[in-house]
Amino acid sequence: MYKLSTFSSMPPAIFLQPRMSHASLKVQEDGIGVCTRVTRNLNMEKLRNGYLFPEIAMRELEHMKKYPNAKVISLGIGDTTEPIPDIVTSSMANHARRLSTVEGYRGYGAEQGNKALRKAIAETLYGDLPIKDTEIFVSDGSQCDISRLQLLLGSNVTIAVQDPTFPAYIDSSVIIGQTGDFQDETGKYQNIKYMPCRPQNNFFPDLTTTATTDVIFICSPNNPTGHAASRKQLEQLVEFARANRSIIIFDSAYAAYVTDESPRSIFEIPGAREVAIEISSFSKFAGFTGVRLGWTVVPDELLFSNGFPVIKDYNRIVCTCFNGASSIAQAGGLACLSSDGLMAVQSVVDYYKENAKILGDTFTSLGLDVYGGINAPYAWVHFPGMKSWDVFTELLEKTHIITVPGCGFGPGGEEHIRVSAFGHRECILEASRRLKSLLS
Amino acid sequence: MLAFPQKIVGYVNVWQHLPQRRLETTKEYIDKKKVQKKDEESSQQRKTRLQEIKYKKEKLEDLIVTNSALRFSIPKSHMTKVSRNANMAKLQAGYLFPEIARRRSAHMLKYPDAQVISLGIGDTTEPIPEVITSGMAKKANALSTLEGYSGYGAEQGENRLRAAIASTYYGDLSIEESDIFVSDGAKSDISRLQVMFGSNVTMAVQDPSYPAYVDSSVILGQTGQFQKDVEKYGNIEYMKCNPENGFFPDLSTVSRTDIIFFCSPNNPTGNAATREQLTRLVQFAKDNGSILVYDSAYAMYISDDSPRSIFEIPGAKEVAIEVSSFSKYAGFTGVRLGWTVVPKELLYSDGFPVAKDFNRIVCTTFNGASNISQAGGLACLSPEGLEAMHKVVGFYQENTNIIMETFTSLGFSVYGGKNAPYVWVHFPGQSSWDVFSEILEKTHVVTTPGSGFGPAGDGFIRVSAFGHRGNVLEACKRFKQLYK
Repeated sequence: MYKLSTFSSMPPAIFLQPRMSHASLKVQEDGIGVCTRVTRNLNMEKLRNGYLFPEIAMRELEHMKKYPNAKVISLGIGDTTEPIPDIVTSSMANHARRLSTVEGYRGYGAEQGNKALRKAIAETLYGDLPIKDTEIFVSDGSQCDISRLQLLLGSNVTIAVQDPTFPAYIDSSVIIGQTGDFQDETGKYQNIKYMPCRPQNNFFPDLTTTATTDVIFICSPNNPTGHAASRKQLEQLVEFARANRSIIIFDSAYAAYVTDESPRSIFEIPGAREVAIEISSFSKFAGFTGVRLGWTVVPDELLFSNGFPVIKDYNRIVCTCFNGASSIAQAGGLACLSSDGLMAVQSVVDYYKENAKILGDTFTSLGLDVYGGINAPYAWVHFPGMKSWDVFTELLEKTHIITVPGCGFGPGGEEHIRVSAFGHRECILEASRRLKSLLS
Repeated sequence: MLAFPQKIVGYVNVWQHLPQRRLETTKEYIDKKKVQKKDEESSQQRKTRLQEIKYKKEKLEDLIVTNSALRFSIPKSHMTKVSRNANMAKLQAGYLFPEIARRRSAHMLKYPDAQVISLGIGDTTEPIPEVITSGMAKKANALSTLEGYSGYGAEQGENRLRAAIASTYYGDLSIEESDIFVSDGAKSDISRLQVMFGSNVTMAVQDPSYPAYVDSSVILGQTGQFQKDVEKYGNIEYMKCNPENGFFPDLSTVSRTDIIFFCSPNNPTGNAATREQLTRLVQFAKDNGSILVYDSAYAMYISDDSPRSIFEIPGAKEVAIEVSSFSKYAGFTGVRLGWTVVPKELLYSDGFPVAKDFNRIVCTTFNGASNISQAGGLACLSPEGLEAMHKVVGFYQENTNIIMETFTSLGFSVYGGKNAPYVWVHFPGQSSWDVFSEILEKTHVVTTPGSGFGPAGDGFIRVSAFGHRGNVLEACKRFKQLYK
């Protein structure tokens, strides 16, 4: 049965509509209208259910309707909760106000982003790594950048992802036509290489057994496992990519959460400039989940097989399919990268890291195996022998806490639950209490 | 061994003129590095340094040439084995407007003292009314408070804004809040629609038209190669719009395509389609089972009773998607806010609602428009905001009148302008890039050559009416001098 979950405000008739085959021309059962003769994109048909996070949001809504008096605590969708520091928001407010003045008004910005911001990202966040401001493309966030990169790559490339992984790499790959059908038995799409990341292999793919693909998506610190790849692991990865002449797309959205010596950028690894693209975001770094700001680094040396620079094509995509991030968000980004701004946003990051520690300790004290939490705002908890949606449902039902079932991140996530550390401290502590009383 | 193409003749002669240089061997390089203060290195730094050396050594080994005639090594870059997307290779040059910007910059370098006036890229110039910016400033400040902070918003947009758009622009057209998807602008929406449609659909565009429809189609793989002789991409149906057909395509000559892009008021011709024309267009789409993607970004510039929304036409909900934007209404070109309407009634051939797929696209490839921009949008749609927007639009409309009068008085055939902030000036028999260059060279005014919008745009120049009044008047003075 076709499960529609993302369109919560649709009328019920469409909500419960069974899946139709595209072979026959049918008018909808409730007689809503006449069909066009445009064939539905087969790639959209391949997608399974709704995108993971709106699914979670829907279940949360249903639960809240069922228990209107319950205080639901959301440790599910990784949504930041703490206010953005004043130094950042006041610069955004000032920029907005200046748009009402003749001197301060700005129209279209460069699609690649404001020059000062690109420079600030290069200098402040990449420091002595040889990243040029011209290699940085400011955007409205990683989720959009991932799709723009897929548009760039086209349908004739093969990809590898970690298993478990942030769903957008897979879903965008399906949409653009790189994959085959979803196979219910394995929980995987054909033509995608899934690289298992388990405690046994230290949450990093065993590259000796990994088949080569054109593109390899790696997220570190990882969503959902919370594992930050070590320098050695990333060196092996770059070596692997160089030997196989693949492109690494390195998602460093959680780099600010690294506590130990783990690399914060793929470009800390020598040789990465010729094989890697890095995407990152202000979302979890500065609480910009709603403000929308991120960036992608495409080094000049990254070339397609015919020698054509990838950066030229990416620039064309950005100029044709996008029109720049909001100038107000970019003003905020610049404020984040001032020395005072950095200190301020880092203190919010530290707050979430403390949350992660509390949650990690809670689960550990209950005798459960917990991973992550040290270099990322996610705790990855193992419930051996149990289905993750069942654990999710039980936790929601019995403690009114939203988490994310691990299988939503891939078959390798089964038996795990992702608990996100974004929340007000009192909610985190309350959640801890409830979990202790349920699970002890 | 490096292979040299046979057709290079006498390359050795060329090399002779270059400075003789011998690359140090790996051993020499390593010895040199050892002399440096390596005792200050941490073991990690040493490791990294050795690794870098390792890679450089690999590179040098690649370059070893035994041919004694060649004294230098040509650095060979690492190439991935990833094939370039063939669709990207089909694109001709850069996107139109960055090209114009490039020419403008080059001109300003050439004439550093010239007062260059830009009536090229349709970029708004007047400040945003305070009622709107204060709404955005307020939202920004609220993000610093516990009560006011918000994280991820609904990808489809904030409910209040969706409701305001529905009631303001689609009040009596029975378009609902849930049919509206708020975005970061029409350009992004066009690409998201193309991603949704996929590569196996055919499309039709007006000729001339806003370049993003064609370029996004090429990128998605819907088209064939660019044919230089006709200046068109294979597999796209170009619907000519010129003075002879009143800038509305002769539908009897248009082949069926899955998707039809239609912009009214039109960029670049400025023409607004009549109710009768749009009724025929909707019927055409219905008869062919096509989907109409209707771009109404300039609807507020209409001064007569031409339809402002495709949904004013009965039956449109079963054939049309409408794309619109705050850019040219509220000066939001940098702030980034727009919307797309996908009616529930619009269905694919198998009965599947298009809105469901668009929703999935929006949830997966997008994460919502900036919440601060959305607060601005809401302020735009307050009674005070609407009045303020109308004033700014009126200001640009007055600019348009001035430009139109200028070219008319000079004896040119002038089109558009009445219902759009663009004036479409005819230069019969001339190449539009030549006219563009001449105008730029002789008056230091940037315009846009019509052929940038499609082959039927050649012989025309688009003059945009966005500019400070003083600049517009000055530009018109210069046009009068050039063409008197």
